Amino acid sequence: MIETRGFRILRAFGLVFLTLIVVVPLYVILTTSIKPLQDVRGLFQWFPSEITFQPYVDIWTTVPLAHYFTNSLIVTVFATTLSVILAILAAYALSRFSFPGARSFSLIVLSTQMFPGILFLLPLYLIFTQIQRTVGVQLNGSYLGLIITYMTFSLPFSIWMLSGFFAAMPRALEEAAMIDGLGRFGALVRVVLPVARPGIIAVAVYCFITSWSEVLFASVLTNADTRTLSIGLRAYASQTDVYWNQMMAASVVVSLPVLIGFLIVQRHLISGLSAGAVK
Amino acid sequence: MKKSRNIRWAALAATAAVSTAALTGCGGTGGTGGSADPAELEGQTITYWASNQGSSISMDEEVLGESIDRFTEATGVEVELEVIPWPDLYNRILAAVSSGEGPDVLNIGNTWAVSLQSSGAFIPWEGDALEAIGGQERFVETSWATGGAEGQAPTSVPLYGLAYSLYYNTAMFEEAGIEEPPATWDEFIETAKQLTKDTDGDGEIDQWGFTLAGQRVSNNAHQAFVRGMQNGGELYTEDGQPDFTNDGVVAGVTQWLDLMDENGVVDPSNAEFTDGSQLPPELIDGRAAMMFDQAAGKTFAAAEFEDFGVAPIPMNSADATGKEGTQSHVAGINVSVFANSDAKDAAIAFVGHLTSDEEQKTLNAAYTSLPVVTSAMDDPAFDTPEMAAKKVTYAEHSQPMPLFPSEGQMETLVGEAIAGLFADIAQGEEVNEEDVRAALEDAQAQMPAS
Amino acid sequence: MTTHATAPTSATEVITTGRRGRGPTPATGRRRRRTLFPYALIAPAGVMELLIHIIPMLLGVWIAFLSLTQLSIANWVAAPFVGLQNFITSLDPAGPIGSQFYGALLRTIFYTVVVVGIAWSLGIFAAVLLNSKFRGNGVLRTLFLVPYALPGFVTTIAWAFIFNQRDGMLNRLLVDDLGLLTERPFWLLGGNSLIVVIVVTVWQFWPFAFLMLLAALQSIPDEVYEAASLDGASLWKQFTGITLPMIRHANVVLLLMLSLWVFNQFDVPYLLFGPASPEEATLISPLIYQQSFNNWNFGVGGALSVLLLVVLLIASAFYIRLVMPKGQTIDD
Repeated sequence: MIETRGFRILRAFGLVFLTLIVVVPLYVILTTSIKPLQDVRGLFQWFPSEITFQPYVDIWTTVPLAHYFTNSLIVTVFATTLSVILAILAAYALSRFSFPGARSFSLIVLSTQMFPGILFLLPLYLIFTQIQRTVGVQLNGSYLGLIITYMTFSLPFSIWMLSGFFAAMPRALEEAAMIDGLGRFGALVRVVLPVARPGIIAVAVYCFITSWSEVLFASVLTNADTRTLSIGLRAYASQTDVYWNQMMAASVVVSLPVLIGFLIVQRHLISGLSAGAVK
Repeated sequence: MKKSRNIRWAALAATAAVSTAALTGCGGTGGTGGSADPAELEGQTITYWASNQGSSISMDEEVLGESIDRFTEATGVEVELEVIPWPDLYNRILAAVSSGEGPDVLNIGNTWAVSLQSSGAFIPWEGDALEAIGGQERFVETSWATGGAEGQAPTSVPLYGLAYSLYYNTAMFEEAGIEEPPATWDEFIETAKQLTKDTDGDGEIDQWGFTLAGQRVSNNAHQAFVRGMQNGGELYTEDGQPDFTNDGVVAGVTQWLDLMDENGVVDPSNAEFTDGSQLPPELIDGRAAMMFDQAAGKTFAAAEFEDFGVAPIPMNSADATGKEGTQSHVAGINVSVFANSDAKDAAIAFVGHLTSDEEQKTLNAAYTSLPVVTSAMDDPAFDTPEMAAKKVTYAEHSQPMPLFPSEGQMETLVGEAIAGLFADIAQGEEVNEEDVRAALEDAQAQMPAS
Repeated sequence: MTTHATAPTSATEVITTGRRGRGPTPATGRRRRRTLFPYALIAPAGVMELLIHIIPMLLGVWIAFLSLTQLSIANWVAAPFVGLQNFITSLDPAGPIGSQFYGALLRTIFYTVVVVGIAWSLGIFAAVLLNSKFRGNGVLRTLFLVPYALPGFVTTIAWAFIFNQRDGMLNRLLVDDLGLLTERPFWLLGGNSLIVVIVVTVWQFWPFAFLMLLAALQSIPDEVYEAASLDGASLWKQFTGITLPMIRHANVVLLLMLSLWVFNQFDVPYLLFGPASPEEATLISPLIYQQSFNNWNFGVGGALSVLLLVVLLIASAFYIRLVMPKGQTIDD
C-alpha cells in the first residue's frame, strides 16, 4: 500500500490494537513465570509480590528439559527440511506440468486434512508396528518415526500453498534461464526458489511450528528417550502438584528458539519478485 | 520366608553357584517367577511403563530406579524404565494393546482394570504366575478385588493403595472452636456451615466450609459411588446393568450437589475447577476449611503447610458398616504383565519384586500411598496421622468401583452429569432431586447396551 | 526498483491476471507433457502421504464398519463386521449419540465460520500494515507470531487463568478494577464457554493467517499501488481492487485449510474444560474422542469421523467450485 498520511494513522492505531491483543495473555504467561508459586494462586495480581527467577532454574531439573529440547530440535529440523523439499518438488510439478492425476493428487492430499487426527493415531501406530516387524526399521519411539510423521503432516498445506506461489510466477523467468543453459532443475533452484522465497519461508515456519508444538502423536510415538518438549511441558503438572510458574517459564524458554529463529528469517519474507528478478 | 526375600536375593547374587538350589528350597514363593529358574532369567531385559506417582517424573525415575537396581542385582534381569505422564498413559496403553507392541510390565489406573481385562491383552494372575508373586492371600482383600471382574482370574495386581480422606485446616477449626472432625454427614454439614463465613465484614463470604472440583469428572463419579453406597444404592445391578437412578444413588448425588446448592458451604466458583490439584491451595490459603482427597499430604508438605488434619470421610451414621459404611472406593494403581511379552517369567518376577513386602514399604512410603500387602501395613512409615486414617478406610471402609467392563463409560457419563448440575447451581439454578434423577437417567441412556 | 521483463506494469493488468487465477500466461500456454518427470517430482510426497496419512485414514474408515470395542481391540483384525450399524447409531436423532451429533455439528459449523472469519480479518489487517516499511517492523512481525509459536497447551492454560470466574484477570478487571459489573460472570461454564473457545482459537490461529498473507502480499510489486494511487484510488479501493485479487490463490488455500483445521479443533476445548465440555461448547472432535477413547467404541468414533469427512469433502468441493471457475485446475 502507498503510505499516505491516512494509512500511517490507520497503521499506528491498528498496530497498537493488534499488539494489545497479543500482549495481554502474554503478560499473564510472563508474570506467572517470575512469580513464586503461592502468588499464582488466589486473585490475579497485576504485578508479582516479589520477582523470582527460580522457576527458570527449576525447570531444568523438574523435567529433563534439556534432553527434550535436543529431541525436539532434531525431529523438527529434519521434519521441516524434508517437508519443505518434498513440498517444493510436488508443488513445482503441480504448477508447471499438466498431467493426468494432478487434480486427484491435490484432492487426496487435501482430504487428509478432513479426518480427525485422533482417529489416525492408532492405525498409524499399527502400521509402524507392522513395518517394524516386516522390515525391521524401528519407528515407534524413534526419531525417524516422528520425523516422517511430522514431515507428512505439514505436506498438504505446504504443497497447496507453494503451488500457488509458483503458479503466480511468470514462466518467462525460468524459460529464459533454461535457454541460458540451466536445466529445468537449475532453473528451479536458481530462479524459482529465490523468487518464491517469502512463500517458502512462510511454509517452513509453518512446518517448524507444527512439528515443534505437536502433542497428540508425540504422546504415543515417543518414549522416555525421544520425548519432545511439548510432552515435557505437561509434565510440570503432575498428579498432585501443578507448577504453574515453572510451566510458564518453560514455555517461554521453549518458544524462544522459534521466535529468535523467526526474527532472523523474517526479513526474507520481504523480497518477492523484485529482489529475485533475473539479473 | 517372604520377609527375608530381598536379603536372600542379595545373598543369591553373591553366591550365584548355589542360587538354584537355594530358591528351590524356598518353594517358589521367593517371587522370582514361579517355574522359571533364576539362572534363565539372568541377562534378560524387560520394559516397564510406570505411571507418574511422585511430585515429578524425575523423582519417579529416582525412586523406581533404586528399586530396579535391587531387582537387577538379585536376578540379573535388566529393566528399562519409562515413566509416562498421566495424560499419555491411557493412549499409550491403547496403542500397545491394539498393536501388540508394548512393554512387558505396565502400571494401570485400577479402575481401568476390568476394561483392559476384557481386551485379553494381559496375562491372568493364576497358577504359576500367582504363586510366583506369593499368592493372593498376601494382598489386602479389597485391593486384590480391583484386579479384574468377579469370577475371573484378575489381569492386574494391586501396587499402590489410595483412599479418600477428609482433610481439614486445623487452624480454622481451632479458630471456630471446633475440636473434633465431623464423623457423620449431618455433623459434617453443620461444621461446614459454621466455617462458612464472611471474615472481613464486607458482606461477602470469603471463607467456605468445604471445597470440591465441580468439573472433575472422575471425582464426581467416585462421590456418586460412595455417597450412593452410604444411602444404600449401587450404580449397577448385581448382573452388571447400569442402575443410576435408584433412590440411593439419587439421594447420594443430591447430598454431594447440595453442598453447593442447599447447604451453601461450597463457593460456587468451585463449580469451575477441573482438577484436584486446585483444592489443596484452597486449604492452604484459608479460603476453605475441608476437602476430600486421596493423597493431599505430600502436596501440603511440599508447600510447607502443617496446619492440616486428616479424618475418615463422614458417613450417614457414624457406626455404619458394610456397603453403607463406604468411605472411599479402593483407589490406586495396579500392575499388569503384557500377554505379548517375550520375557514373561522375568516380567512376572519383576511384579513379584514390586509387590514384595520390602519394596511395598519403600515405594509406598516414598509416594505416601498405602501398601497393598497386609504384612507391610504395620511398618512405621504408615503410622503418620494421614496414613493411619487412610489405612483404616482402605482396609475396612472401601469398596472397589463397579467391576464391569463399562465402568469407564459410567465414570464419564455420571461424572459429566454431575459436572453439568454443578454448573447449573453455580449459575443460580436450583437443583432438586428430580433434576438429579433426570440428569442421571440421561446419563444412563447413553450407556452402551451390555 | 528494477523490474523484470514480465512484471505487470499497470494496476489493470494485474487485476486482470489476478482474476484469471494468475495461472500460466497465455503466451506460454498449457502444454501436455507426456513425461514421467512430474510424477517423479510428486512421488516422494505421494509415498509419504500414502503411508502416514492415507492408509491410516482408510483403516479409520474401515473401523467404522466394525464393532471395535475393548473386547476386540487386541485382535482387531478379527473384530466383527457390522455393516452400517455404527452409522445408524450415529445418525439416529432419538439415540444418545445422534442427538449429540447434530447439535455438535451445527455448533461446530458456527464456531468454524466465526473463528476463521475473525482470524482471517485480523491476519489480513496485520499483514497489510506490516507489509509497509518502518522501524520496528521486524520486531512486530515476530511479536505477532508469538501466539502461534507458543505451545498451545500453555496458551490455553493462560487463557483459563484469565477467564477464571473468581480469580481471573478478566473478572478482576471488569468487577474489581473498573466496576463495570457487580456480579462475577462465569466464562468457563454455560453459554459463555463457547465464546471462550472462540477467543482462544482465534488468538492461536490469526498469526498463522497473518504469516501466510504477509508472504503472499510480497508478490505484489509496489508499482502497482503507485499506479493506482496516481489514479486516485482510495486505500479501500486499492485493498479490494489490487490486494485481494492479487493474493487470491493464497487466500483460497488459507481459508480452506484454516476452516478444516478449526473444524477439527480438539485441543482447546479439551484443555479448557477437561473431558466434559459444557453442553453449549461441545464440538464435534471432542465428541468423537469421547466415543472412541472414553467409551471404547472405536466403531462409532470411526463412523462419526467418516460422516465428518463426507461433510467436509462436500463443503470443500462446493468451495473449490465456487472460487475456481470451470476449466481451471486447483493449482492455477
